[in-house]
Amino acid sequence: MTTLHVESVSIRFGGVQALTDVNFSVQKGEFVGLIGPNGAGKTTLLKIIAGILTPDTGRVMLEGEDVTRLPTAKRVRKGLAITHQIVRPFRSMTTLDNTALAAGYKITSNPLTAAFHWRRSQQSARAAEMLAKVGLAGLEDRDVSALPLGNLKRLEVARALALDPSIIILDEPLAGLNHREAERQADTLAALNAEGLTIVLIEHNLRELVRVSKRLLVLDGGKMIADGEPEHVMSDPAVREAYVGKADDHAAA
Amino acid sequence: MTLYAYSLLSILGINIMLATSLNLISGFCGQFSLGHGAFYGAGAYAAALCAVAGYPVPVALLVGALVGGALGFVVGFASVRLREDFLVVTTIGVSFLFVGFVRKQKWLGAEMGISKIPASGLGPEGNAIMILLFAAATIALCLYLNRSWLGFAFRAVGDDEQAARTIAIPVSTYKLLAFTIGTAVAGLAGGLYTYFTQFIVPDSFTFILSVTLMAMVVIGGLGSTWGVVIAAIILTLLPEAFRFINDYRLLIYGGVLMLVMRFAPGGLAGIATSVTRRLRKA
Ligand SMILES: Nc1ncnc2c1ncn2[C@@H]1O[C@H](COP(=O)(O)OP(=O)(O)O)[C@@H](O)[C@H]1O
Ligand SMILES: [Mg+2]
Repeated sequence: MTTLHVESVSIRFGGVQALTDVNFSVQKGEFVGLIGPNGAGKTTLLKIIAGILTPDTGRVMLEGEDVTRLPTAKRVRKGLAITHQIVRPFRSMTTLDNTALAAGYKITSNPLTAAFHWRRSQQSARAAEMLAKVGLAGLEDRDVSALPLGNLKRLEVARALALDPSIIILDEPLAGLNHREAERQADTLAALNAEGLTIVLIEHNLRELVRVSKRLLVLDGGKMIADGEPEHVMSDPAVREAYVGKADDHAAA
Repeated sequence: MTLYAYSLLSILGINIMLATSLNLISGFCGQFSLGHGAFYGAGAYAAALCAVAGYPVPVALLVGALVGGALGFVVGFASVRLREDFLVVTTIGVSFLFVGFVRKQKWLGAEMGISKIPASGLGPEGNAIMILLFAAATIALCLYLNRSWLGFAFRAVGDDEQAARTIAIPVSTYKLLAFTIGTAVAGLAGGLYTYFTQFIVPDSFTFILSVTLMAMVVIGGLGSTWGVVIAAIILTLLPEAFRFINDYRLLIYGGVLMLVMRFAPGGLAGIATSVTRRLRKA
């Protein structure tokens, strides 16, 4: 069954054609990697899927339903979760509250329901579980403003997982983690995928990506230039060209 | 107690209602409004018309709250979907438009305002008690909302709208709700003011009042109900004690507002928190 379907999506920012006729589908239970040099349009594509940006042309389907005109919050309620490349924690809250608020999505999706609920223990317990899963156990009561980038990246993942998503799209969640931490985080994602979660992972860490994903998509200059098994894609001359030609900026991502 | 004391208590109660309801909009939910005085004025005029027409006190107060909230809903609806800082501009406009509009309306008494408003029948003491009870109820509402999931989500919206959307919070609805509740309370305060003075003029609801209210919220500490209550009390009593403050109100409050934002963005509540933290460590 098709969980996510992106159809001839294009978008232009002033003089920059950021995406040109992008097409792809993700089936339920897949673990897909999305790569491409800096500025290829990966984050823009994620924002269009999440409804943060509206494409000039094309459409986005979730579970067979056209969501192109649906606001972000409604898409999230339909089972889509995302993480931000540039982390966006709620600065006035602790790590636990950041995640507990996400875990209470059924309550907060209607403000009137929210006005008549105040107990948080259930959502806090669920949040603690998610924080432990991404390796943030013991940091529940920290103010997020005091956390290093690597931990904020993990918090993004915990917050997204607390939404009980059926598909999660992660924008460079391994950045800021060292080798061992990145490996463990990728293992966590692989385990979640084994439990049935559909995953799209945008990453520059090719080592981890090739290890855990079963299919790779490659964006370059706003166009989808490859789609297939990781080993096959990585040996594709067009992909090698895209990367070798821009080796410098991909390291800086 | 003297008549002066009752009148001071009444004004304190009204200012507490205005400041805490503005805090609900700006502190809890991160929307800066410099038009709170206009919603207060709309409620005052609506209640005055009802009172003059012979309706009982509860009806006039309810109409004041409804008119304040309805105007708030319309203004909020027109601006919450736009850029985050657009509301500031809209509400400054509303502030000037309201006074300019009322000044020209014969049926609202134009420059002369509405006088001979029937008394509430409670007397100065009864009025003061009624106002203080409503102020206490407003504080209780704010404290409750802040603990509820509504307040929890408000804080997320105030922190980062886009991040709030990605955890399924319908941001525009929340902003509109905060704005409507806050402006309805301002309208109710306007109704209470009508019965307190029995005489209202457009000049009681100017931009200067809106800036003063924002100063109370920022000095008290955005988001802290108790901090804002204390700041409202201080900023109401100071001009009573020192008349010159009243003459330079806009200058002084504007200046203090800037200083607090620059040097103590947490306001009184922020200062209290850091002092207790330091004492605990020592
Ligand atoms: N809001 C925006 N306004 C203008 N240009 C943008 C905006 N967002 C992205 N771009 C441009 O679109 C292109 C794709 O950016 P992005 O999606 O962030 O790439 P990636 O995530 O693959 O590094 C870049 O050229 C970038 O400069
Ligand atoms: Mg990116």
